[in-house]
Amino acid sequence: MRTLRFLLRKEYLQIFRDRIMVAQLLLLPAIQLALLANAATFEIKSARLVVVDEDRSATSRGLVDRMRAGGRFELVKSTTSAERADDAMMRRQAGVILRIPREFERDLVRTHTAPVQLILNAEDGAAAGVTLSYAQRIVAEYASELAATLRLSTLGGEGPVAGQGRLDVRARGWYNPNLDYRFYMVPGILVQLVTMVGTLLTALNIVREKELGTLEQLNVTPVTRGQFIAAKLIPLWSLGLVALTIGMLVARFAFHVPMRGSVLLVFGTASVYLLAALGVGLLVSTMVSTQQQAMFVTFFIVLVYLLMSGLFTPVRSMPIWAQWIAQANPVMHFIEIMRAVMLRGAGLREIARSLAILSAIAVGVFSLSVRQYAKRAA
Amino acid sequence: MTVSPDHGHAIEVRGLTRRFGTFTAVDAITFDVAAGEVFGFLGANGAGKTTAIRMLIGLLAPSAGSARVAGFDVSTEAEQVKRNIGYMSQRFSLYEDLTVRENITLYGGIYGLSDGAIAERMASLVERLDLGRDLDTRVKSIPLGWKQKLAFSVAVLHDPKVVFLDEPTGGVDPITRRQFWELIYATAEQGTTVFVTTHYMDEAEYCDRVSIMVDGRIAALGTPAELKARFGGETIDDVFVRLARPGAAA
Repeated sequence: MRTLRFLLRKEYLQIFRDRIMVAQLLLLPAIQLALLANAATFEIKSARLVVVDEDRSATSRGLVDRMRAGGRFELVKSTTSAERADDAMMRRQAGVILRIPREFERDLVRTHTAPVQLILNAEDGAAAGVTLSYAQRIVAEYASELAATLRLSTLGGEGPVAGQGRLDVRARGWYNPNLDYRFYMVPGILVQLVTMVGTLLTALNIVREKELGTLEQLNVTPVTRGQFIAAKLIPLWSLGLVALTIGMLVARFAFHVPMRGSVLLVFGTASVYLLAALGVGLLVSTMVSTQQQAMFVTFFIVLVYLLMSGLFTPVRSMPIWAQWIAQANPVMHFIEIMRAVMLRGAGLREIARSLAILSAIAVGVFSLSVRQYAKRAA
Repeated sequence: MTVSPDHGHAIEVRGLTRRFGTFTAVDAITFDVAAGEVFGFLGANGAGKTTAIRMLIGLLAPSAGSARVAGFDVSTEAEQVKRNIGYMSQRFSLYEDLTVRENITLYGGIYGLSDGAIAERMASLVERLDLGRDLDTRVKSIPLGWKQKLAFSVAVLHDPKVVFLDEPTGGVDPITRRQFWELIYATAEQGTTVFVTTHYMDEAEYCDRVSIMVDGRIAALGTPAELKARFGGETIDDVFVRLARPGAAA
């Protein structure tokens, strides 16, 4: 115990003397949250719209006006030439083309139905989908408006014959009523942050001692594996929790992300999760001999972790085999728990299954890495 | 400090061997080092010195043979060996981002010295090395020569029975080397056995006995005077060249 106290003192002294480390710890949470939560969003603020209005009637102008009014579309060009519109999309000046064919108004009046064409740049499938849904909503609203005034049925083709008995669907988003994308992202980014601190800093810290030769020196002293590992991991474990605390404060007060569940539950889960994160870092440190290698290996692992975690894309939409792999991914379970507790206010009972799996993974990874470490040294 | 009573030798090596695959780095070496002796362990690069030392300090398991250090078997009692030895590697091994005081405290603590003992040894060390003003300076900003003297003093802080020095004076000027050897003698006088590897042949002359390793074997062992007489050289340097590169000397 006494030896551990001396070793811990050394580790904390070294961490706080490392200015880059301290800066990373304090600034990383704020910067990452600000960047990822605002920049990495699926919300489409404004899509660039080119209108090809071949009809040039009051009805077609009405549609264009409503597209412009919502704030989701920015009219960059209005033309009668379809080629010119295609060209604008090719040169990335336009993301959406709205083509209103000749005889649009006349068809509406005569047959109660008329087509409009929406062309989207779908290079980014997800963004195109979101843009399309915005546009469809505007068209649908305009159609029902027209139906009321002109007593027409639907605009745009298929759909039930409207009139008195129309279905009116009102969507309400639970847990995130304004569908604020940041609410969804922030808990995941906090997890990613804790992962980086836990895994990367652990690997770098131990490998640095390897490079300097001080690890060999320690191996010649009576310091045991257990003491060494405890002295390395306890400080980094506490740093992970500090980074999480800072991140949570930023999320709460800068992004107004709700905290509906118990803060204690979040930190309890983080404490368990950190065992896995630190264990992976320790494991990396036994495999490599330079900090550069440690960095590469860790980034590779963390990248796979994050892609398979449901941070950016829901796990449920992955292929079955990938879903199975994701089950073994501690990051996925931690993100799930974070979202459940922060956004839905889930309690221990609701997250019990995820927490149990997470604990099992953490204990497994941690004991594996400790065993591996003992094998290498001495 | 006395060596454990049932053994007259601080180090006993019997047929110690280490193979890496098909390559035999250390080939059945056998020798003894007496308690309180300053033992020079010489050899060209790649002769197997570092591998031998790593086995003696418990960092590497022997493939065959045995060795006892401070009375303990390096294969089966590595932890007791570690408690009774000090080690200073060719790579500078103090923490550069900690102060002199913090380094001394850390290693004192690791070897289980009480707070009182740490304070007392720190005081005597400061006096001996004239470190008073630099006690709270981070190690990275003190000159290399002092760093090495400090590293040595920290390696013997816990009064080990044997101290292993692996090329301790690499890259320092002759005056500092001379001062370093004064520290070594002072330590040996207090009964600590000193096991030192070096590339400087003048340093070999300071040793009580030297061994010269060639291709994993001990090619010669004796006092510097004996070796010079037996191999017919003016200096240990001559002996070394003759043994390590027989073609060149012939």
